Amino acid sequence: MRTIRFLLQKEFKQIFRNKALLPLLFVLPIVQLIILPLAADYEIKNISVAIVDHDHSMYSQQLISKIGSSGYFKLAGYETSYANADKLIENDKADLILEIPTGFEKNLVRENQQQVFIAVNAINGVKASLGSAYLNNILMDYNSDLRLQWIRPERYNPAPVIEITSSNWFNPFMNYKFFMVPGILAVLITMIGSYMCALNIVKEKEVGTIEQINVTPIRKIHFILGKLIPFWLIGIFVFTFGLFVIARFIYGIIPLGNILLLYGFLSIYLIALLGFGLLISTYSETQQQAMSIAFFFVMIFMLMSGLFTSIDSMPEWAKTIARCNPVTYFIDVMRMIVLKGSGFKDIRTHFIIITLFAAGINGWAVLNYKKTN
Amino acid sequence: MDSVTLNNISKTYNKKKVLAVDNVSFSVGKGELFGLIGPDGAGKTSIFRMLTTLLLPDEGTASVDGLDIVKDYKTIRSRVGYMPGKFSLYQDLTVEENLNFFATIFDTSIEENYELIKDIYVQIEPFKTRRAGKLSGGMKQKLALCCALIHKPTVLFLDEPTTGVDAVSRKEFWEMLKRLKQQNITILVSTPYMDEATLCDRIALIQSGKILSIDTPEKIVEAYPGKLYAVKSEKMHQLLKDLQAFEFTGSCFAFGEHVHLSFKDDEKDHQPELLNYLEEHGHKHIELQQITPTIEDCFIKLLKS
Repeated sequence: MRTIRFLLQKEFKQIFRNKALLPLLFVLPIVQLIILPLAADYEIKNISVAIVDHDHSMYSQQLISKIGSSGYFKLAGYETSYANADKLIENDKADLILEIPTGFEKNLVRENQQQVFIAVNAINGVKASLGSAYLNNILMDYNSDLRLQWIRPERYNPAPVIEITSSNWFNPFMNYKFFMVPGILAVLITMIGSYMCALNIVKEKEVGTIEQINVTPIRKIHFILGKLIPFWLIGIFVFTFGLFVIARFIYGIIPLGNILLLYGFLSIYLIALLGFGLLISTYSETQQQAMSIAFFFVMIFMLMSGLFTSIDSMPEWAKTIARCNPVTYFIDVMRMIVLKGSGFKDIRTHFIIITLFAAGINGWAVLNYKKTN
Repeated sequence: MDSVTLNNISKTYNKKKVLAVDNVSFSVGKGELFGLIGPDGAGKTSIFRMLTTLLLPDEGTASVDGLDIVKDYKTIRSRVGYMPGKFSLYQDLTVEENLNFFATIFDTSIEENYELIKDIYVQIEPFKTRRAGKLSGGMKQKLALCCALIHKPTVLFLDEPTTGVDAVSRKEFWEMLKRLKQQNITILVSTPYMDEATLCDRIALIQSGKILSIDTPEKIVEAYPGKLYAVKSEKMHQLLKDLQAFEFTGSCFAFGEHVHLSFKDDEKDHQPELLNYLEEHGHKHIELQQITPTIEDCFIKLLKS
């Protein structure tokens, strides 16, 4: 215990003297938590729509003003021919074209149905798919308005219709920040844990100090603990700061679930991550190597964690990768506890899996550490 | 009792492709200042790393302070002091913090063994709040020696302690070692500088992982077969070429401002013949005299035989 105390003292002195690392440890999470959620906004507004109205009727006017008033669309042009509207797309001035055919009103009244044409600029996939979905919604809405006007209410509706209305649980206003911020915080902790830990250990190798340490009676396990504990504490500190200062005061996120449960999970998660850092350090000789390896994995961890895209919509093989990714479980748990207020029973599987991760990665790292030294 | 013994130690690298240490055996007595002398890549560091339990030998056995380097590595680590060739202290800790750190992990304190390091430490004490990384080369060396001594080791391993240190600091360093010897600490030191060999009690000349000779520096010099001459003239480059072409030349090589020369056989005095030969080849101001060989001469002789 005495040895560990001195090792920790040494370690903290070195960390707090590192003029390049220290700001990174504390400033980076703050800046990223403030900036990143803004970049991860999935709500798309200001979709430019070009309209080609061949009908010039009252109904087509109504439809157009309904689109304009929805708040999502911006009228980029009111063209007389499709070719002209197409030019707007080519010049990147419009994202969507809505073409209303001649006889729109007439057919609608007489034949009770009509088709409109939507062309989408799919270069920005998200914008295109969301834009056309919004537009479809508006058209549907418009459609039902018409039906109310036209069809005399009968006692029994001859054609049964199922109308879907949804309510958003746990995040009633679908505020994307509520689920992005906890996720980004999870990724930040991951980055700090794995990078810093791997770099710190490899630095001893690179500078050669590990030679001097190895001829002393310090046991390997003490040395490893002396390396992991400081970053475990820093991880917890940064997390606390992110959750109780930034998430709370900037985004107004107040965790619903049990805080102790969240910290319990974080503790095990950090052990797994630091083990991962240790593992990287056993395979690399220089800080540059360690950084590159860590970067490679953290990148995959981040993109395959369900932070930006839903894991359920990934192909099977990608789901397998996501399941082998500790970050997936942490983001999941973060969202469950913070937004949903889940209890231990709900995240028991997560706990088991992350404990296995921690044991597995650390076991591998320690074995490899002993072998290479 | 011998402090360090090696029995037929071999070490290979790269899956037995590179032979670094080849069947080396020697022993060092207690309180001896023993020098391992050889050029870069001779296997000095490998031997030191094996003796300090950082590396396992492929073959052979060795003991330090009566303890086996494989079985009792833990006990050895608490008894030996090791100063690697590359500065290996924490550059971002101060002089005092480094010393304190190494004292505490050996379960001792600076005060407890202050006597041992006093002579050396007083020289760096004025800089004790300076970070180790900001010290000059000679200062770093002194600090590293203090850190290697702070737990009062019985055997001290110094791997090329004077490489990259200026001439004055080198001299000082060897004086420090002599004082340490009086404390009955066994010291093994490796160096590529032949001129430092005479400062050791005994030396081992090593080349390509093999020991060429082990003895006191005096005896190694005495064992030099035949006579050695130093030759000098105005045209040194031409002189070396002409000497190589001379029919009785055994070996000749440039050594500082002279050419060191030995004849094929020493039964007959070839000096007058040589002088004539050189004058015929247009050399002026020729100096020729017999000299006592240095360790370097012995080393080169051993390499050739």
